[in-house]
Amino acid sequence: MGVIMEMLSYPFLVRAFVGGILISICAALLGVSLVLKRYSMIGDGLSHVSFGALSVAVAAGWAPLFVSMPVVVLAAFFLLRITENGKVKSDAAIAMISASALATGIVATSLTTGMTTDVSSYMFGSILAMSPRDVKLSAMLSAVVLGLFVFCYNKIFAVTFDESFARAAGVNVSFYNILIAVLTAVTIVLGMRMMGAMLISSLIIFPTLTSMRVFKSFRGVVLSSGIVAAVCFCIGMTASYRFSTPAGASVVLVNLAAFSGFWAAEKGIQRKNKGERRL
Amino acid sequence: MSALITCSHVDFGYENHDAVVDLSMEVEEGDYFCVVGVNGSGKSTLVKGLLGLLKPTAGTITVAEELKRTGIGYLPQQTRSQRDFPATVCEVVLSGALSRRGSRPFYSSAEKRMATSAMEKLGIQSLQNHCYRELSGGQQQRVLIARALCAARKMLILDEPITGLDPWAIQDFYGLIRHLNREEGVAIFMVTHDVANVVSQADKILHLQQKALFYGTPSEYEKSPQGRKFLGGGDLWE
Repeated sequence: MGVIMEMLSYPFLVRAFVGGILISICAALLGVSLVLKRYSMIGDGLSHVSFGALSVAVAAGWAPLFVSMPVVVLAAFFLLRITENGKVKSDAAIAMISASALATGIVATSLTTGMTTDVSSYMFGSILAMSPRDVKLSAMLSAVVLGLFVFCYNKIFAVTFDESFARAAGVNVSFYNILIAVLTAVTIVLGMRMMGAMLISSLIIFPTLTSMRVFKSFRGVVLSSGIVAAVCFCIGMTASYRFSTPAGASVVLVNLAAFSGFWAAEKGIQRKNKGERRL
Repeated sequence: MSALITCSHVDFGYENHDAVVDLSMEVEEGDYFCVVGVNGSGKSTLVKGLLGLLKPTAGTITVAEELKRTGIGYLPQQTRSQRDFPATVCEVVLSGALSRRGSRPFYSSAEKRMATSAMEKLGIQSLQNHCYRELSGGQQQRVLIARALCAARKMLILDEPITGLDPWAIQDFYGLIRHLNREEGVAIFMVTHDVANVVSQADKILHLQQKALFYGTPSEYEKSPQGRKFLGGGDLWE
């Protein structure tokens, strides 16, 4: 308790907590749809593009957020197109784009400032990265994402479960796909500097996979993902402060622990069911 | 009997090739209509056209007013990602009511009752809180049919429904479809490879190969050269 009170006495840590929790919840909710549709690679691809765009922007002396935001949103459209069209080669194409974006970022940085701590903090995140403006933007983003999941919940379910059926029922499937990809892009850009480009995609993927271990309904998975993401973020952040470990990596490790816990719980439930059946 | 859907001299095409050419056919109330043909013969394109997802490039499709009001129930081919999807049976069936939702965000209790009655019809009510991914292939198919019935009572369009089912589940599936057709009066429009089974069940058969190679009753089909070839009874070297 004392540690938490101490942490909350620093304004930058309060910002990191508020912004981080909001971004974690957004990433987890959007992640449910992306992971279940086998679009997880999009999240990973976008984080690399985001790194490239951010490094180029900093190297050129432009405002990082306002350059990388449109670039990553465009990349989201593009990656979605690749994934929807060529099912077979899409994973290879996304891996290629990821590596290219990463390389562009590194070259741009080393040509100007050299490989400094800046690059390292983009890649692996920094707890100091949340500015008051970032927190405001995160609040706006989470309002949009939560609104989408409350008011269009049934459509999101239909689009995620079965695109063909949703299309036949008159749902504008492409619109929802693009909306989710664009919101993911914004989430990644906002969360990247704190979590790190290499680690941000875990916020998208982990909570869903963790929740799927135990919950059998879509509603259960959605709610649990949001909660798991927020809790893991808080624990990770506190651990990072307490043991002076990097914030992003700590959050990822807590997510891994949560996944292992849920996995063990799943096995336990299965064993119990089997035992009951035998009786 | 009145026609639910009438196609007259319909063409469907994509940018640079025609998938279906000069097709005329009629699906009537209570029909059991099967479309057969090899891969790439335009069957899926036709389904898209009937669902209104693709506009014909020529000819006209007339949909009965009644059908416009009630909608068409659709059973698409299962995708790989669906097989381990975390959703309860109830959630999946209820999503069939989506087409009636319009822009209203939540399902009404009337729609929930409809989902329950669809599950009752298919004998899966006891599974309603089970997880979709833990069901057998045949049970999953029943859930998807219940969803289609929740969307529409008059007509179902089924796209290669027996893909991936084991032989026992296939027989079960045909029994179910026959029951829905005969007892509940649901018109069935099925695209399939499984000619042998379909010949004994359907009222009408359309053999599609871009054009309609054959359109008529199953007994005529068995005697026709296309039918003999496809059923394997005729001389393949003809």
